[in-house]
Amino acid sequence: MDEQILVIEPGRTEKNYWADLWRYRELFLILAWRDISVRYKQTIIGVAWAIVRPFLTMIVFTVIFGRLAKLPSDGNTPYALMVFAAMLPWTLFSTSLGEASNSLIGSANLISKVYFPRLIIPTATVVTSFVDFLISFLIMAGMMIYYKFAPGLNILFLPGFILLALLASLGPGLWVTALNVKYRDFRYVIPFVVQFGLYVSPVGFSSKVVPEKWRLLYNLNPMVGVIDGFRWCILGGESSIYWPGFAISLAIIVFFLWLGVTQFRKMEKSFADLI
Amino acid sequence: MDDIVIKAEKLGKKYTIGHQAQRGGYVALRDVIAQNVRGFWNKTRDLMQGKPIIQGDQQEEIWALKDVNFEVKQGEAIGIIGRNGAGKSTLLKVLSRITEPSVGRVTIKGRVASLLEVGTGFHPELTGRENIYLNGAILGMSRQEIKKKFDEIVAFAEIEKFLDTPVKRFSSGMYVRLAFAIAAHLDPEILLVDEVLAVGDAEFQKKCLGKMDEVAKGGRTILFVSHNMGMMSNLCSKAFLLNKGLIVKEGHMEEVVSYYMKYVSTASNTDKSYKIKDSEKITKDMYIFEANTIDDSSNVVSNYKIYDPVILNINLKINKYLQDVVLGITVKDHHGRKIFTNQRPLSSFELKKSNNNIVFLVQIPAKILVPGTYSFMIGLHIPKIQIIDLLEDVCMFNIIDTGSELSMYEGSDYGCVFANCEWKLRI
Repeated sequence: MDEQILVIEPGRTEKNYWADLWRYRELFLILAWRDISVRYKQTIIGVAWAIVRPFLTMIVFTVIFGRLAKLPSDGNTPYALMVFAAMLPWTLFSTSLGEASNSLIGSANLISKVYFPRLIIPTATVVTSFVDFLISFLIMAGMMIYYKFAPGLNILFLPGFILLALLASLGPGLWVTALNVKYRDFRYVIPFVVQFGLYVSPVGFSSKVVPEKWRLLYNLNPMVGVIDGFRWCILGGESSIYWPGFAISLAIIVFFLWLGVTQFRKMEKSFADLI
Repeated sequence: MDDIVIKAEKLGKKYTIGHQAQRGGYVALRDVIAQNVRGFWNKTRDLMQGKPIIQGDQQEEIWALKDVNFEVKQGEAIGIIGRNGAGKSTLLKVLSRITEPSVGRVTIKGRVASLLEVGTGFHPELTGRENIYLNGAILGMSRQEIKKKFDEIVAFAEIEKFLDTPVKRFSSGMYVRLAFAIAAHLDPEILLVDEVLAVGDAEFQKKCLGKMDEVAKGGRTILFVSHNMGMMSNLCSKAFLLNKGLIVKEGHMEEVVSYYMKYVSTASNTDKSYKIKDSEKITKDMYIFEANTIDDSSNVVSNYKIYDPVILNINLKINKYLQDVVLGITVKDHHGRKIFTNQRPLSSFELKKSNNNIVFLVQIPAKILVPGTYSFMIGLHIPKIQIIDLLEDVCMFNIIDTGSELSMYEGSDYGCVFANCEWKLRI
């Protein structure tokens, strides 16, 4: 007989939490599917929004950094391609961070009325931004055809870096969305961080522009490692990865993921009382 | 014992609430600034320590549940009774793991589903079909299960035509019907239900009740919170009575409901009974000195079950006997509509002239009045000649449905009396 005994006690972190998470995988899929199918309802151009936004930003950056500021590209890669190869992970990171951090307050009615592992909500929103990412990846393909630029074998590593970008956003996203339940201040922090981060991260320029002695420090921004990785995969050898820096970015991502999950788990029990 | 499925031990749930301090007199700018700075400092400190922000200057702890112990056996249907704020919903929230208890522990055996609200997580932009899958998943059904029951749900909700319409275009009736239909097809071992049956029109309510009954009889364990006593009496065999977070009584439904009503009435019977205040009246020849409603063991009460007789106790004082005096009562409902009048000439009783203090007991037969709030008009008069004493709207009392055949329509107007008609087939 499939008898499961559940004990509810204060401060008890359930042993079967991760098993529970697995049991609720269908809810995860359905919430993700809901977010995707609702996202562009009642809009005129619909999914095209996922293309228009990064595309326009890419043009502006190419003009400002490439033409006006005349920053160097990686080798002889077209500047627009270099910008867009960074735009992809950056948009993925920023939208999933934004969505994840607002996700819990957005589902207040669910949280106060039904039980399920709360981790499902922010992680499901990340899927939505991933779908947007796939759509805007089509532009990348289009641009590569336009510039007659063939990717090398490096592109096989791309899925790894996509996952890295998602994890990079999920860590702080989980932490902030949990804090958001208690203190709504954090709702105003994320848009600012995202806006600021766009200029701090090497999106509009190559990370080689940064002087050698500062590069390690620069990699404390986890997105530097991810963006470098994307460029390396898509544009090939010209945009080599600075490995020590990449290790630091990776460590930061792992640290934030650990922080996010543990903090989220800690606060999860009281969400329904505070939201 | 093996068949205990829910066991709660010393369960408690604490909330902290804030109060604004009382401040009299005029307010100086200096004080306001100082207070804001202090507030900011306190909030920052709370943030650092990970405490939630509580508005107000003074904090108070409230125990929504305190020292709650109980056991529920496999297949029992249990009603949870209590006034607003007694902790009923908090108890369900703790049991369904939505919120964590502050102390104590609960052990639950089996799959739990909770229905604290119908239509949780419905998305207005999605169609009826999509929302069935969404809501089903939220309530804990698997896709396979939903698929299997899909047609049944749609038929139950009677929305076949609108399956592919976004629910934001649904009428509110269709919306709740769909929501309830999904919930009703949940198939857990333990079901926690919070006041969700009060949806839809009478027809649909009857259907819902039938479905709940079926679930209860199907050997599943149900915990049920409602204010609708009639419905609960029909569904549940046992009950818990909660008051201020404590279980004050548990046992058979009938027993707990009686206890609840007595206990509610002790809290409020002082203004429900009448006693003369007007000193002018006592110079009259005859007057009503006191009147109150009592139960069959002479306790003053104001809540009756439909199967209880309502007894009105009238105390007359007599200074001088008058001829042809009639004592009459009229029962009025809460709209002020008169339900019936009943009267007796005093001469029909054998009264001793020397007795200047007479007590009458007027018994209204059980199961005449439908559930609701009523009051009495009591009059002492000589027909067509003189009104000697008249009390308007005294001795308020409530009739509470504890399982009549019409209990499913509770809240809607189905008339003002129960009539025991004879029905037969014409051959």
